[in-house]
Amino acid sequence: MMIGGEHKAIPRAALAECWSCKGPVSVQAIFCHTCGAAQPPRQIDHFARLGFEPGFDLDIDLLEKRYLGFQRSVHPDRFANKSARDRAMAEQQSVSLNEAFETLNDPLRRASYLLQLKGQTASVAKDQTVDDPALLMEAMEAREALAEAESVEAIEKLAIKAGADAINLLSEISKAFAADDLAAANRLTTRLKYLRKFLEETRARRVALESF
Amino acid sequence: MLLQIHEPGETPEPHALERGLAVGIDLGTTNSVVAIIHSHEDRAEVLRDQCGDGLIPSVVAYVGDEPVVGRAALAMQIEQHGRVVSSVKRLMGRGIGDVKMLGGSLPYELADDSAGGMVRLKIDDRAVSPVEVSADILRALKARAETKLDQPVDRAVITVPAYFDDAARIATKDAAALAGLEVLRLVNEPTAAALAYGLDTAAEGLYAIYDLGGGTFDISLLRLEKGVFRVLATGGDAALGGDDFDHALAEWVIADQKLGKLTPVGARALLIAARHAKEALTAQDSVWLDCDVDGHVLHVNVMRDVFDQLVDGLIARTLRACRQVLIDARVEAADVQGVVLVGGSTRVPAVRHRVSKFFGREPLADIDPDEVVAIGAAQQAKALTQGSDTLLLDVTPLSLGIETMGGIVEKVIERNTPIPVTKGQEFTTYQDGQSGMLIHVLQGERETVDACRSLGRFELKGIPPMVAGSARILVKFAVDADGLVTVSAEERLTGAKAEIEIKPSYGLTEDEMAGMLRDSLTHAREDMERRLLIEARVEAERVLLALSAALKADGKLLDAAEKAAIDGAIAQVRQAMSSEDRDRISATVDILEQATHGFAQKRMDRAIAQALTGHSLDEVEKSMATDEPNDRAVADATSAAGRK
Ligand SMILES: Nc1ncnc2c1ncn2[C@@H]1O[C@H](COP(=O)(O)OP(=O)(O)OP(=O)(O)O)[C@@H](O)[C@H]1O
Ligand SMILES: [Mg+2]
Repeated sequence: MMIGGEHKAIPRAALAECWSCKGPVSVQAIFCHTCGAAQPPRQIDHFARLGFEPGFDLDIDLLEKRYLGFQRSVHPDRFANKSARDRAMAEQQSVSLNEAFETLNDPLRRASYLLQLKGQTASVAKDQTVDDPALLMEAMEAREALAEAESVEAIEKLAIKAGADAINLLSEISKAFAADDLAAANRLTTRLKYLRKFLEETRARRVALESF
Repeated sequence: MLLQIHEPGETPEPHALERGLAVGIDLGTTNSVVAIIHSHEDRAEVLRDQCGDGLIPSVVAYVGDEPVVGRAALAMQIEQHGRVVSSVKRLMGRGIGDVKMLGGSLPYELADDSAGGMVRLKIDDRAVSPVEVSADILRALKARAETKLDQPVDRAVITVPAYFDDAARIATKDAAALAGLEVLRLVNEPTAAALAYGLDTAAEGLYAIYDLGGGTFDISLLRLEKGVFRVLATGGDAALGGDDFDHALAEWVIADQKLGKLTPVGARALLIAARHAKEALTAQDSVWLDCDVDGHVLHVNVMRDVFDQLVDGLIARTLRACRQVLIDARVEAADVQGVVLVGGSTRVPAVRHRVSKFFGREPLADIDPDEVVAIGAAQQAKALTQGSDTLLLDVTPLSLGIETMGGIVEKVIERNTPIPVTKGQEFTTYQDGQSGMLIHVLQGERETVDACRSLGRFELKGIPPMVAGSARILVKFAVDADGLVTVSAEERLTGAKAEIEIKPSYGLTEDEMAGMLRDSLTHAREDMERRLLIEARVEAERVLLALSAALKADGKLLDAAEKAAIDGAIAQVRQAMSSEDRDRISATVDILEQATHGFAQKRMDRAIAQALTGHSLDEVEKSMATDEPNDRAVADATSAAGRK
């Protein structure tokens, strides 16, 4: 697969200098095509780092395959015998790949990140109060229901419902992004965030009730 | 990117030719094992004694001039109780508050100066740190390997419990340095076991490694796929193991026999007897515990049922950790395709029974639970020195954060994040004109500072006067492939910086380390010089290779005079490299870099010109594209490796 199309001119900004042989390399290159040196990760977005166009719908199998493939070639274990600088470059690549993969592999993080890329951050930022009274109401009710649930079965029931809601939300988020309706995508992502938190609480409650 | 990549003073791995052999070491609480994979072989060899025993008891006796390690030390436990040290791994990187009492006594005598830092044991009139004891065990392992292999051994992959925190990891590395071993990598014990098991059986899918040894418990979930070993989640308890089973049984005996307070010798004797009884209960339903404790001659019947009840709560703790790991990995117990049992304590029938009930399947027993970790370590040692096709992706076991207002911990890196990882978070000042900020780094899962382990504090100074809340302080955490943590802080508006290499109060200070290195007569200084020379050579070689690749690709851009100048500078570097003069090597490399400056400029200009005119860029574009994994990226990596 090639990034940037077959016959497009490379913009100046897409070029960088290889630290080792000082020749030109693409900003996306992991290795220099001339001397083979591992390159430092440059400022490209997580999608580009793993060879995707920015978008919510992602072929997860391909994502994983690329991540593991790249990681196979830059992981610190592969550079134990190299010079300190080579090792440093490869380790930074490995760090960036981990970060990109962790972000894109989780739909919630992927949605938040995509919104951020598109300049929409406000309502998904950490610990921000949400301007969605209906959501707050629902969240409160759900929490009350959880507090009242006394048995593992009752908690399980709540968790199953929340799980199903989360799956529905994902397809709505996908539609919103497809229609480029960022406001809707933002609202739905916030909703998903709450749902996730709720699911985590149900799990914690379940473990607390479980006897071993 | 502001990234603290390697520890200060770390030098590149010198060439294999100039080094001794590399081994894998399982440094256990109760038993240690050393293994190796010979070059051009796949199978690991566990290095055994004359009797064919691969396990070396992690017990050290300080009697005579030289410490005695292993079976011989074990045999002296009672007569020389004050000079024999065991289960010291439980004390690695720990303070006095973490040490467990039995019958109001510790089975060790502690030195008085232990308060605050890492505990030290009192042996006659000496204070010995757990790091030194571990170093003595490692020396014995190194000696066994060198005798067996008849070659020097100076590098090792050493395993640590996955749930070990940063302080314990650093303490382990320090111990290796004292023993004259360079640590190629610290590998988590369950990960090493998975590697050995996976490579041996070609297993694929989701596997759980349940490792209950003498002192520590780990549970890791891994996905095994086409040579990739990916840890999804890990959990455990760095102070839970067979020693606690012994302890529970001993406490029961104390209560049952109304023994009251014990002396340290009595406590030690009772623990030894409890351990024998416990191990015997694995094959029998009822055993006799015979022991002489502070003048009481005990002859106590212990039924398996009683023992099972005593350890019930301990096993429950391991299962709770198993549940948490499943949740963290977002999988169900039923998704797990195989449960691999590692560690001597998984022989306890109650453990087997409860673990198989929890996962709903019989655990796999087709491996030796005592040796599998060392074999995995040997495999990783081979991979790091000779290359390999497998890929190990591990995670950080504990969350990392910093203290914020009100003693609350703000997490920056969550547990189970794949490593290596770097993450930053912005903080701000809370007072007008605040000129410094104390950064307190913590590791653990709890929300409050008291409940987490402190890794260290450092201060960011020189924040210019600003209104509260307007400074932007970026705190960056990095965890490397050994699971070691580095933290740095930077005020973004002014660029004020501070950095710490985490040397927790539990670790040894540089001075102590240097002193010990001198004592142990390793020629630290010479070693350092030699490594710097090798490093300079490696770097020069790198520059020459890169340049030769560039010349091959773009040499036509140069005219004869330019080419001659570069060739001259290359010859200078080559000459310098054959000398022992590190400064000369560096100087000639600098000159060469100067000489090639114009060449680099020409290459860049051409690429830009091509880019701007949008000419047929097939050549450029093809070579610069980020290709499919396994294809070009890997080809580049291997060709680069092949050239050296
Ligand atoms: N047959 C047995 N029945 C019960 N327990 C046993 C048996 N054999 C060994 N053990 C226990 O296993 C423990 C030692 O296991 P192992 O050698 O795996 O630990 P280790 O690797 O030294 O420790 P760790 O991995 O925690 O650092 C001891 O507590 C020992 O009593
Ligand atoms: Mg072990």
